[in-house]
Amino acid sequence: MKPTSTRLLIWSLGTAIFAAWSASGLELRNDARRLLVPASTSRAHGPIELACEACHTEPFAGPDGMQAACLGCHAEDLKAGQDSHPESKFTDPRNAGRVAVLDARYCVTCHAEHVPERTHALGVTQPNDFCVNCHAEIGDERASHRGLPFDGCTDAGCHNFHDNRALYEDFLVKHAGDPELHEPAVPELEPIPYTPGGPSSASTVALTLTEGERHAWETSAHARAGLGCDGCHESRTESGVVVSVEVPGVSVCRNCHANEAKTFFAGRHGMALAQELPPLAVAAAGLAMKDEARGRHLDCGSCHGAHEFDRGRARTEACVGCHDDEHTRAFWNSKHAALGADELAGVAPPGSGVHCSTCHLPRTSSEDGHVFVLHDQNATLRPNEKMARSVCMNCHGLPFALDALADAALVRRNFSGRPGKHVKSFSWALARAPKIPPSASSDTPAPGDAP
Amino acid sequence: MTSPLRSTFISFVCPRLEAAKRLFAAPPRARSSSLLLVALVLTACGKNEAEGGITPQVMADALHAVMESDRIVYTRKVVNRLAKEQKVIKASEHWEDDKALPLPAQMFRMGAEMVAEKKVGFTYALMSKWPVNKQNAPRTDAEKKGLDFVEKSDGKSFSVEEELNGVRYFTAVYPDVAVAEACVSCHNEHKDSPRKDFKMGDVMGGVVIRIPVGK
Repeated sequence: MKPTSTRLLIWSLGTAIFAAWSASGLELRNDARRLLVPASTSRAHGPIELACEACHTEPFAGPDGMQAACLGCHAEDLKAGQDSHPESKFTDPRNAGRVAVLDARYCVTCHAEHVPERTHALGVTQPNDFCVNCHAEIGDERASHRGLPFDGCTDAGCHNFHDNRALYEDFLVKHAGDPELHEPAVPELEPIPYTPGGPSSASTVALTLTEGERHAWETSAHARAGLGCDGCHESRTESGVVVSVEVPGVSVCRNCHANEAKTFFAGRHGMALAQELPPLAVAAAGLAMKDEARGRHLDCGSCHGAHEFDRGRARTEACVGCHDDEHTRAFWNSKHAALGADELAGVAPPGSGVHCSTCHLPRTSSEDGHVFVLHDQNATLRPNEKMARSVCMNCHGLPFALDALADAALVRRNFSGRPGKHVKSFSWALARAPKIPPSASSDTPAPGDAP
Repeated sequence: MTSPLRSTFISFVCPRLEAAKRLFAAPPRARSSSLLLVALVLTACGKNEAEGGITPQVMADALHAVMESDRIVYTRKVVNRLAKEQKVIKASEHWEDDKALPLPAQMFRMGAEMVAEKKVGFTYALMSKWPVNKQNAPRTDAEKKGLDFVEKSDGKSFSVEEELNGVRYFTAVYPDVAVAEACVSCHNEHKDSPRKDFKMGDVMGGVVIRIPVGK
């Protein structure tokens, strides 16, 4: 056999074995894929790095294919955040010169993947002075901005590329005088309606129930809503056969908790499940985690347990059971934690306490106006000013909130103490503010108006 | 509205492009047949024009007629009437937070961005020599010349071909006039407005429409 034929044979055999290995089951497939990941994936996408086709939707899809994949997961969030730099701003031919310098039509221009050596905060892979490409004249237009550092536009409390809902000038003016603290105004959760009468009666479910499980269920919101064993432990297949589900997962929970499941899938806790990968392992979180938690995995039951579905446990205990960073460890000594303890002890009114979930899994309104718990823990972070409007302002004024969020050391101490930073945007905005804000100007008679 | 225009546009421009591509990509011995194809296409195009097909100028004029009419209706019949005359609702730049009407310029821009997302083959934007948002100041030569022209053109539009990023565009600029008191008062009072002496009937800026006409 000629040497070239031998090499060809070895290559063909190797390819065939690799292909068979890749296709021979999820576990093996994932092992094979692990070998193929070119360099470490950003922390944001880490949980789904083995779902290659989540981003690489088809071979040679090109930049538009990749962009479609980005928007498949992120479009809704960008729209909700009133994205300040949507693609449509850059597809206008008049911006061709700018696009040639920074092609902001594509997410990957600033958020490239598998390039850990140049990935910094927020998964940005551009140098921090990218704003200058289009906004170099800002120093001429705003006296307050003259001489500012060229890489400081996105400093805490100033500007974000995408979401500026808490930072736009008139919003700062409107809230510049807010007090540090006001009466809590946390939205109230609404019970999720349940109509008994699932696939069949409970008698067809061959499951045994321990006394402990029975007691846990009897005191749960599920029992109060009339949800029996069959509600979670029975499912109807596509062909209509009723089957017993021993350990219900998110696919069952989402039948009633659709908003919670949808947002859980969008966050780091649930995105692996959304891509039909095994649930995220705590050990793979890429964050400081407790040793004893490293073997755990993330699904609904991880935080909510089974049968008792205790919201109290999911508020803080479940989080600190795994997370072990400075911010988490500092929580118990914070004012927030004391308020949370008072609320749970019943000495302070419901809604007055602060728990991990208050800020990281806040209550929010769905499109149809229902209040639910946002289960995407990242939605109020990265950058953390996203938390100012959706969470902090429920109890604090905007100036205090932005100062606190801008103080990284204070964040690490879990807000024990006062902000050591001061966001200057408020004074700059107030100095430029007209006596009558633009929102009110339209009903102000203009010169020449008929009396 | 845009769909029939788009199909007309495609039927007008695309055959020429495709024919030219085929001609230059073809090996020499096939060029004679390609030339025949081009001739056939152009004949077909000519026939189409004779039957009432449209030029980029006609298409731009038609698009602008729709844009201008909708813009005037929204400005006069919605914003000016409800916010200034009847005072039942405000118009605000932050219309979502303020539960108010979007400003006419925002209404126009939102439509333009939605059209841009549809990638139907033309773009349009509102621009001014005195823009509240500096990003809407003229930047290309065509925009600068166009805005200078429409400022004193007594309603006439300006058009020119320009090349941007290797693509040729038919670029038309139409005057944008203060048609209601709301236009004048808002711009004259806005802290970021570089001009504060607008009067009713003044040309405050221009609508720029771009139609690609080839590489």
